[in-house]
Amino acid sequence: MKTVAFISQLVIPAFILFAVLYGAFKKVRVYDSFVGGAKEGLHVIFRIFPYLLAIFVAVKAFQASGAFDLIRQALSGSFSALGIPPEVLSVALIKPLSGSASTAIFTDIVRTTGPDSLASMISAVIIGSAETTFFVLAVYLGAVNIRRTKYLVPVCLIADGVGIIIAIVFVKLMF
Amino acid sequence: MNIIWVVLITVSIIAAFWTGGLEAVTRAMFDGAKAAVEISLFLLGIVSLWLGITKIIEDSGLIFQISHAFRPLITKLFKTVPPDHPAITSITLNMLANFFGLGNAATPLGIKAMQDLQTLNEDKDSLTFEMMLFIVLNTASVQLIPFTVVGILSDFGSVNPSAIVFPTIISTVISAIIALGVLLLFRRLMK
Repeated sequence: MKTVAFISQLVIPAFILFAVLYGAFKKVRVYDSFVGGAKEGLHVIFRIFPYLLAIFVAVKAFQASGAFDLIRQALSGSFSALGIPPEVLSVALIKPLSGSASTAIFTDIVRTTGPDSLASMISAVIIGSAETTFFVLAVYLGAVNIRRTKYLVPVCLIADGVGIIIAIVFVKLMF
Repeated sequence: MNIIWVVLITVSIIAAFWTGGLEAVTRAMFDGAKAAVEISLFLLGIVSLWLGITKIIEDSGLIFQISHAFRPLITKLFKTVPPDHPAITSITLNMLANFFGLGNAATPLGIKAMQDLQTLNEDKDSLTFEMMLFIVLNTASVQLIPFTVVGILSDFGSVNPSAIVFPTIISTVISAIIALGVLLLFRRLMK
């Protein structure tokens, strides 16, 4: 655990150091290269911004609307019947939409049910194994300005759903 | 994305009307606009930083060394990418960053990878299969250790915070495989 954490801390600085030294060794004007590359960043963000704006406005509105509570009420009965803590539902619903919100909800679950409860375990695995799909889609599609996404979005949503079910089943089997 | 956006906005406003939270939703939309600006500014910093670093490894030729080492693996998945294309390196670096849980490097390098893949795209307005594959692999987020989660668990005094590491790795790998399966299935169905 400690070793892995250390390697993760080391990876970026080591890579940057190596890139810079290798460049200098190959007689590249490293500083000018860096600035030249970084200049492109502004164009990229310019292009992505409207996509991010659209998705953030929609997701924030959805979170604030109380629609989550309505869905949660509708589903929590069947979750309890299956022996799944209803708290898990909140994390499962919010994870694809917002990274920071799901971390906040997770912290709350750990606080209220204890760090070793089934609810905490399942939520932890869901957060660790899922990605904020809508953010990824907005950023990566925005970066290339593509409108026709074919079947990508349904594939991502199905994959998210299956991933959450796997996390729940797996933790229930293990603990 | 079009349908999803329409659904999110419509459901939010109707649900808000229903539960009497119209004011909260209005405020949330403006908050969302503000959050988009803040995230963009943050991204502007890290994306420029990584574009700078990638330019250095491009100019020094290191980029060819990296793509050479990972070519066999990446071209097996991304079949139409030519072996000497820069996309190989950006995809490799993005995957390594994801694997080590380095979100701040993974996103900028992923953006670079998408743009590299776009140079191979004949119809600039629709996604190629390779782009979809790349995004699906990214949303599956194969990660070695979920540090944030383990950190929170140990902050609250978990007996064994790393107990969730193994189940997380297994379920993330299984869901990545299933995600790939779903993608391939859709490709077959849509032909």
